[in-house]
Parts: sequence; C-alpha cells; structure tokens
Amino acid sequence: MLERDDDFSQCVEECEIAVIVNGHRYERTVPVRLLLSDFLRHDLQLTGTHVGCEHGVCGCCTVLFNGEAVRSCLMLAVQADGMAVTTIEGMAGTNSELHPIQQAFQEKHGLQCGFCTPGIIMSVHAMLHEHPDPTEKEIRHELSGNICRCTGYQNIVEAVKLAAERLREQHMEVE
Amino acid sequence: MMATRWFGAPVQRQEDPRLLRGQGSYVDDIDLPEMLHAAVLRSTHARARILNIDTSAASALPGVHLVLTAKDLGEVLEPSPLLVPHHALTQPRTQLPLARDEVRYVGEAVAMVVADSRYIAEDALDLIEVEYEPFPVVHSLEVSSAESAPLVHADVPGNVAAHLVQSVGDPDSIFPSAPHVIHETLLMDRGAAMPMECRGVLARWDAHDGTLTCWISTQGPIPIRNGLAAIFHLPEHKVRVIAPDVGGGFGTKIMMFYAEEVLTPFAAMRLGKPIKWIEDRREHFISANQERSQLHEVEYAFDDAGILLAVRDRFLHDTGAYTPYGIIVPIITACTLPGPYRLKHYYSEFTVLYTNKVPVSPYRGAGRPHAVFVMERIMDRIARELHLDRLEVRSRNFIQPDEFPWDVGLVYQDGGPTKYDSGDYQAGLEKLKALLDYDNFPALQAEARAQGRYLGIGVGCYVEGTGIGPYEGAMVRVESDGRVYVSTGVTTQGQAHYTTFAQIVADQLGVEPKDVLVTTGDSQSFYWGVGTYASRAATVAGSAVHLAALKVREKAKQVAADLFEASPDDIELADGKVFVKDAPHRALTLGQVAISSNPLRYAYGENARKLMSMKLAGSRPGPALPEERGSPGLEASGFYSPPHGSFASGIHGAIIEVDATTGDVTFVKYAAVHDCGRIINPTVVEGQVHGGVAQGIGGAFYERLVYDEEGQLINASFMDYLLPTAAEVPPIAVDHVETPSPLNPLGVKGAGEAGVIPVPALFASAIDDALSPFGVRIREMPLHPCRLYELLTNAQQ
Repeated sequence: MLERDDDFSQCVEECEIAVIVNGHRYERTVPVRLLLSDFLRHDLQLTGTHVGCEHGVCGCCTVLFNGEAVRSCLMLAVQADGMAVTTIEGMAGTNSELHPIQQAFQEKHGLQCGFCTPGIIMSVHAMLHEHPDPTEKEIRHELSGNICRCTGYQNIVEAVKLAAERLREQHMEVE
Repeated sequence: MMATRWFGAPVQRQEDPRLLRGQGSYVDDIDLPEMLHAAVLRSTHARARILNIDTSAASALPGVHLVLTAKDLGEVLEPSPLLVPHHALTQPRTQLPLARDEVRYVGEAVAMVVADSRYIAEDALDLIEVEYEPFPVVHSLEVSSAESAPLVHADVPGNVAAHLVQSVGDPDSIFPSAPHVIHETLLMDRGAAMPMECRGVLARWDAHDGTLTCWISTQGPIPIRNGLAAIFHLPEHKVRVIAPDVGGGFGTKIMMFYAEEVLTPFAAMRLGKPIKWIEDRREHFISANQERSQLHEVEYAFDDAGILLAVRDRFLHDTGAYTPYGIIVPIITACTLPGPYRLKHYYSEFTVLYTNKVPVSPYRGAGRPHAVFVMERIMDRIARELHLDRLEVRSRNFIQPDEFPWDVGLVYQDGGPTKYDSGDYQAGLEKLKALLDYDNFPALQAEARAQGRYLGIGVGCYVEGTGIGPYEGAMVRVESDGRVYVSTGVTTQGQAHYTTFAQIVADQLGVEPKDVLVTTGDSQSFYWGVGTYASRAATVAGSAVHLAALKVREKAKQVAADLFEASPDDIELADGKVFVKDAPHRALTLGQVAISSNPLRYAYGENARKLMSMKLAGSRPGPALPEERGSPGLEASGFYSPPHGSFASGIHGAIIEVDATTGDVTFVKYAAVHDCGRIINPTVVEGQVHGGVAQGIGGAFYERLVYDEEGQLINASFMDYLLPTAAEVPPIAVDHVETPSPLNPLGVKGAGEAGVIPVPALFASAIDDALSPFGVRIREMPLHPCRLYELLTNAQQ
C-alpha cells in the first residue's frame, strides 16, 4: 500500500479550465476535486445556485449543462471544461424583466423561503423545453427531482402551468 | 378607524423578485475578504468517554489555521443557557460548545478546524485522532425508562429530566361509573424539520472598534446577540447578529446556542479574520435538533351518546441527550390534547427522559401533532364502538361558538392560561364536508371495494395555541423620499413578512405596500425582540408594527395640522399624501411631512426644495422641536405583549387509497379548513397551510428517523430519509373560517404551524377506514409501506 504522501504526490491536483457560464467565458485554475457547485458559487460568485444536500437528491443546485438540467453538486468543475453552463443568474438580467418562468412563480406564490427556487426554476426550464405542454401529472413527476420544504408544491405546480401557457404563446408569436 | 384596503388583499410578495433572480443572500452567499472556513469533528459514538484527542497531524496540515478542542475554549466552555426553565424540569442539562469528557449522541461536536478552505478543513478533520471508551447506549424511550437502564447523564437518576402532572375536573370520579372505558398505547416516533438550507454561521471580529458581527441562519438573532455579548464580555450594542435570508427554519433554527454559534465567533476573535461555518446535510441530520418521539398510555371514558367524559393520559417524552429548550414540547402536547372538545375531566402526566440521541427542541407543530393524534384516535374509536359517524361524534363534543372564551384549565407553555379566545368549529366541519363531498363518500368507497380497491376517508381537528408572548416590537419611519421603513426583531424564513407587515403599515399611512420596506432579524436595525417561533410573528410582531404605524400616522397628522393651521382631526392620509379633509388641494406628500417633522437648517433634494417654495405656516416661537412632538422625524416604535396566546383551529380531511398488496398509500383528495382569525394575506396563509400539510404527510408516511441499538442514525441522508416530493403531495383544497381574535388589535392568530398538526391523525383515521374490512387500528406514527403491510398482515391473521 502506498504511503499517504506518495498517494497524493502521484495525483494531478489542479487543472486549468475554461467554462462558458451564462454566456461569459471564464478561465480558471481549479483543484481537481472542486465541485461544480462550489466553483459556481465561490470562484465565480454566482451564489444563486444553492447547495441543499451535496448528494444529488434535493435539486437545489440544479443548473443547465449544455442545456440539460444537472446537479452541480454531483459534478466536478473540471468536467465543465469547454462546456456551457446556465445558472439562475442567466435567466433574467438585473434590470431586465423576469423570465416568464420566474414571473409565473411570482404571480402564483410559488416560493416561500426561496432556497430551493433557483434549482426548481432551472429544472422547469429544462422540463418545458422538452415538454412544452405538460399535464399536471407530468409536471409533478418532473418536479419530483426537486425538494421544496415550504410550499407543499401546490403553487409551484400552478406556476409551471402558467409558465408553460405563456411560453407556448410566446413561441407561437415568434413563429 | 382602520382602513381595510391592503389588509386582507392577496398582495404579491415583495421578497420574490430578488429571490427569483438568485440574488438572495443566505449565510453561505456572503463572502468577506480574508475569510476562512471551519469544519466540525463530530462524535461517532452515542455514548462514550473521551480518553484522548490528538490534533497534532491536523494542526500541521498546510492551510490549517486553528484546531479547537474543549481545552482550548477557556471560560467559553460553559453549557449553553437553559431556555424557558420550568419548576418541573428538575434535572436540566445543556450542551457544551465542544464535548469535554463525555459524548452523549452521535454528532455531538468534539473539535473544530479552521482552514483556508472547507476542503482543507475537512481533510484536517480526518487527521484528528480521538480515543473513545464506548458505554452502553440509551437508544429509545423503552431503554431509557427500563429499570437499571444505562444513564445518559451519570448524575440524573432514571434518566428523568422532568415530570409534570396537570389535572382538570375530577377524572377519578368519572371512570368507575362511565358506560365505556378504553385504554390504548399510542406512539409517535422521531422526525425532523429538514429546512432546505442547513444551518450556518459567519463571524467577523473588527478589532479596531471592538465589534463582533455574526450572520446566522437562525430564527432568533436578538437573544443570540444578548447571549454572545455575555459570553464574550462585550457591550450588547457592540455585537450585531443578522439573520439574513434564511432558507427555512420550521423550529429547528430557534435555538440558542448551537455549538457553532459560539465556536465560530470564538475562532474569529482568536484569529482576527472572518470565519464561515456551513453545516452540510449529513451534519444537519446528526446535529440539528429533532422532535416528535412520545409514547402515550391513554385511558378514556365516554357515554352512550358518544360524549367524551374524561381522559387520563400518561406519556413519555424523548428529549434526546439534553434539554436545551426546557420542556416546552411536552407541555404543549399536554395542553393541546383537549382540542376543540368540551373535555371537563382531564388528567395529564408526562415524564421527560434523556436518550443518547440528537437533542429535542420544537419542530413545526411542536408537540401538537402528537396530542392531536391521541385525541383524534379517541374520537374515531368512540365512533367505531358506538357505530356513529366520525364527524357526528366530533360535532357532539365541540365547544360551541357562544362558549368562548373557553378555559381549558391548564397552564400553557407561556405560563398563561390555556384559554381559547374565539372559534367556530362546527362551521369548519361543515366546510370540510363540502370540500370532501363527505356525504357521498360511502357510495364511492363501496364502489371501489367492489373492485378490490381500498379507499378511506379520514379527518383531524385541532386547536393550536399561537401568538404567545412575551412581546415583540417594531420601528416605523417615513424617510424624506416618502418611503416607509419598518424594522422588527422577528426573522423571516419564507413567511412573507416583507409583504404582510408592509400591508399593515400601508393601510395606516396611506401608501402602497411597495413603498414600505421591511427589515427583519437584524439586531442593529431593531434592538428588541424574541424571535419567530410558535406561529407568533404575524400576531405579535404584526400587532407591534400596527401600533408603531398608528403612532406615525398621528404624528404625521399633527405635523401637517401645524403646517396647514388646521386641526389634526381634519387631516387625512391617502395615496402617499397628507391633506386637509374636504380640501384636497391643501396637500403635502408624506415625504414632505417627514422633512417638515425634522427641523434642520438646510434642505436636500427635490422634495425639500418644493416644500420650501410652498406657502405654509412659518415656524412658531419656541424650540424648533416642540415638546409635544417628542422626537424629530416621522418615526415611532411600537411594542405588543399579548395577554396570553390566541388559539387558531382547523379541520383537515383526506381520501386515500391503500394498496393492500404492497402497503403503499396514495392521496386521492386533501382538504383543509383553517381559522387563523382575520387574514392579512390569503395567498400567504394558503401557502403556509399547503407547506404544513406536505410536511405533515412526510411526518405521517415517509419521514422516520431510524436509530439502531448503538444510537447510530441509520437513515441520515435524503436517499434514506424521504422528504415528500410533488409526486407524493396531492392537490390541497383550502377554505377558511374567520373568527377574529379579541386579544390583539388586528384580530389575527398564527398560521405558520397549523398545516402540519392534524395530518398524522387524519392519516391514521383514513387508513382505519380504508382497511376496516380487516379491522386494522392504527396506533403509531409515522408509518411506511412495509409497516402498514405488516399491520395489515397481522390483522388478517
């Protein structure tokens, strides 16, 4: 068996990565063991992505990774090298209007403490991209990867329905 | 006169835009220059003596700045204060910031490491060697109460922390002659609040001005400020504690002190650098307070008409390894048990026992779900024995609307009477029947049974003590831009105080809620207060906000009256303006009145320049600040201290389907009728009810903390301790009854905890009903599919 020191000395400890986050390119040198969630929160100061369990169940840390919803606590920052990540901060600019999903959550009281909310919004974004017209059962099934401890999900489901309707309308207008 | 424009309206939440953009500021989002990170080493044994701790390797790790064990803490190594002492709590024990000689639960803090990053701090934890001598473990109430049980605290005989008897009427005279007497054992096991944000502390020590600032994910920053000042011998005003955005609390964050709340500032003062400690989920499972475990032996007597004559309830309450929060939880249980029923003869006796588990303090519901479970099991059993409808039995026992105030005859958790201020329980029951289509359920059930499906309907009634003292306060100030600033010592963990308090103020000052900016939980913004717990913020702090706003309103009228040379009685406030009644052209903006109320020798800004150009009454002779005005500015503080708690109530019901082959249960329909007095914002109240119900469903069917015989929590992750998701929680229909509370100026009662309270009771009721062909009787909570399958199989044999 290797001695502890030898064990570490064999390893690459840091890597240079380049990640596109919310349309901006960031180049950083990061420890290889750094979680993507910690990279976003602490290295890039994008603290809207929250960490609720660090074992991939609660969904608070959900971000879009090349357009797909992923748990950023279950990924390493180095895995994001060359990839595109969207976080809650990429959904609406500081002065611009809320995204229709965010707007629907406001109108339907889809959040209370707000801690799970960014992760849920990112999941819903991916869900509605995939299923623009989901049934309530589909919405509930798709939301089951995100835990909310405050709302009992009632108004989240209502918000998703409203957001889906508005996004479909927007889409039709574009076409 | 009270305006009603905003109070009662479904105003959208003012806190949302920030949170929706990811611009919330939870403790872990705050980043300070030169900040270091802490991690805590926790006991791996439920009960053991610490023989030795070797921190040398950890201290030597590059990037490590400090390793703390008990011996490094000096005079800070004091047990945390006993909150809410009680004469019956004869053997209180509270926890040291770091265990010194003995550990008493898995998760108890043993050492803290401070390092450049959390990653390095956790590496260092692995390098600390602790030598333990394990002892036999008290892992359950059964073991704790057994003769010759191991002792959690060597100097506490029988593990008994407290014993309390309360009695109403003369139950002993009732039982011998009662037509029916039943005795049952009912159990509620452990669960936990599990807010999505774990705990966290960030501490900064500014040596140049001797100021300690702590950002803590807590429900009670002001008591913590007072406590930290005492511990560190600092003037209170040199300690600032801020509860920033808090990602849920549900009771587990109303504590003082969690070890880290002392250790983190201690380390920050030692190193002169900001230090952040963020609890991870595994730590939360084994170190944040839990609740619920009680074992009831209940005996009850009733007559042939189904009238409950007397109850004798003796229960054991598991407090875990310490009693940080006194015996609040079992007292609430004892006082909640009578519920909405005319119970004239009641004997309650409880014993609080130590176990080698995480300490217990209130979790949403705080002893009430247990009590309601017991009482509602009684009501169902009476119905079953007498072949009566379950709602009919409840109706026959309800306290009637003309019987309020109703004194239950017990001393409540706040030391005041358990005295119901108002209610209309039958009205709630009728609304529930409508929501559930109760009268048509038997046909639905029969139809399902013909297809081999087991539907059941269940109900649960409760009365909830809310809005207790001692007091809360608030400051309301109009600034020169016309916007109104409100601050109060209570905290916010999602209850929408920035919106509901703004609604209260908006009505009094004639502005829109959007122009009222609320700050909660910052000891420097408002010095006095207690905290957000016991469904009390809207009632107690809301009333204080209202009283402060009334004072500001009166002052605005007085100032404007002087300027317009009119009588204050003729001044009105509306649409952001202060004007003379019947002469709306004689008007100032609220901001201009605020400027006028502060006699200065200069004027800044547009508002002030406009004011100076107006032809208003000149200053009077004498002091610039006339004595009758008291103080400059449109600013006032208000305090509210309720005479005693106000009692909210409700009735919930559900239709469920049990899969008899797997023991799984699905909710077909859920309905809640809720009475929290006058409603400030119906959307917010409904949201609170929804969330409580979901938590209740978790506590009834998914969430049970499972400890093994070694005191190890064996399901300490979200993979194993299952929180309900959108797929498990059914649509919830909510309706309201409004019986205003006569105890406070707003007529409100608390709403925060209610949703969770009746769920275990109604779940048991519905399962009994669904499985009535098998004669199943539920006597324990929480259940899970395997256990239900087991009960079903036993019943069939």
